[in-house]
Amino acid sequence: MIAEIVGEFLVLFGTIFYFLSSLGLIRMPDVYNRMQTATKSATLGSLGVIIGVGIWAIGHVGSYAWLPKTLVIAVFLLLTNPISAHALIRAAYKSGIPLWEGSVVDKYREYLEKEEGKEEVSDETKEGEQ
Amino acid sequence: MGEASKISRYLYTVIVLFVIWLFLTSNLDPQELTIGLLFSLIVGALTYEVFTERGLANFHPRRVAYAILYIPYFLWAMIMANLDVAYRVLHPKRPINPGIVECKTVLTNNVGKLTLANSITLTPGTITLDVKGDRYFIHWIDVKDASVEGASDHITRPFEKFLKVIFE
Amino acid sequence: MIGINIYLLIIAIATLLSMYRVFRGPTTVDRVVAVDIMTTITTGLMVLFALYYKRAIFLDVALVYAVLAFLGVIAFARYLEGGV
Repeated sequence: MIAEIVGEFLVLFGTIFYFLSSLGLIRMPDVYNRMQTATKSATLGSLGVIIGVGIWAIGHVGSYAWLPKTLVIAVFLLLTNPISAHALIRAAYKSGIPLWEGSVVDKYREYLEKEEGKEEVSDETKEGEQ
Repeated sequence: MGEASKISRYLYTVIVLFVIWLFLTSNLDPQELTIGLLFSLIVGALTYEVFTERGLANFHPRRVAYAILYIPYFLWAMIMANLDVAYRVLHPKRPINPGIVECKTVLTNNVGKLTLANSITLTPGTITLDVKGDRYFIHWIDVKDASVEGASDHITRPFEKFLKVIFE
Repeated sequence: MIGINIYLLIIAIATLLSMYRVFRGPTTVDRVVAVDIMTTITTGLMVLFALYYKRAIFLDVALVYAVLAFLGVIAFARYLEGGV
């Protein structure tokens, strides 16, 4: 009985965060901020829903076998979601999408420009040597 | 840190694989256990070279204790982060102040850096954009301090306390 | 157990909202991000359906779906970055 209540509460918690993540996807002004709101909330929502189902099943289905399996799915999502978010945000930056106009600082651009500057210099010196 | 011996790395891989098998089957039937152990031994022999560098040293009690402490700390940070994000999404004026900042880390181990990057991505308003050596480029939804030192204090320091013990 | 219908309804609305970003999204990355969120939500949905029908085999489906969705998003990201 207690398992059912705790599980149901966790599932409700998770679904609310799913809803918030898709709301963030719509409300935020540029792709970077959308990713900020969407990835985090969706990951926490999945944790809530999936582990919640595992606990709920103890009371509802009467089986303890669900909890370890749902834990595996939750941990897998916890490990992979940040990686795909990181890959996507880097893809967004490299494909040249500008930051939102209200952004205050961009250290990555400074870094990339410095790197390019170094490469150009080294190219010139090589040509000079030849 | 040098590599551990082959036997220790192999045993570590087999143990991790077998635990994953136990979780996936969630069944203590002897037949299941036998076949799981068999496959753990085979797969471990094929993959231990890329799977781990330190082997059984990963099970040092101090590391395990810190890893277990890290889980509730991380979950708490994650829930706080999500409430913060929820506030920003639901607030009618969208109080955001985004930018990309640079952080330094003291971690040298690759797995440690990966864990730090993942933790950063899932906690308060930050996503790791790129990692070059010990420099992290982080998209921050509410920039409080644009300097390298200040940003490191805000973002990477709290996690490094734990990760330094677990992975170094 | 009646509650589960409400949760399924909330998840359906969330999926529809992300669908809006898939159709609307000004850039390709916006669309891929929306699809990524949709796959995450779908994984949770599959787990909920496993409970709804009381069939543990659906959990395996959800696990395999999560693995494949992850690979798909990574492939997309590498492609958008230029060079698979």
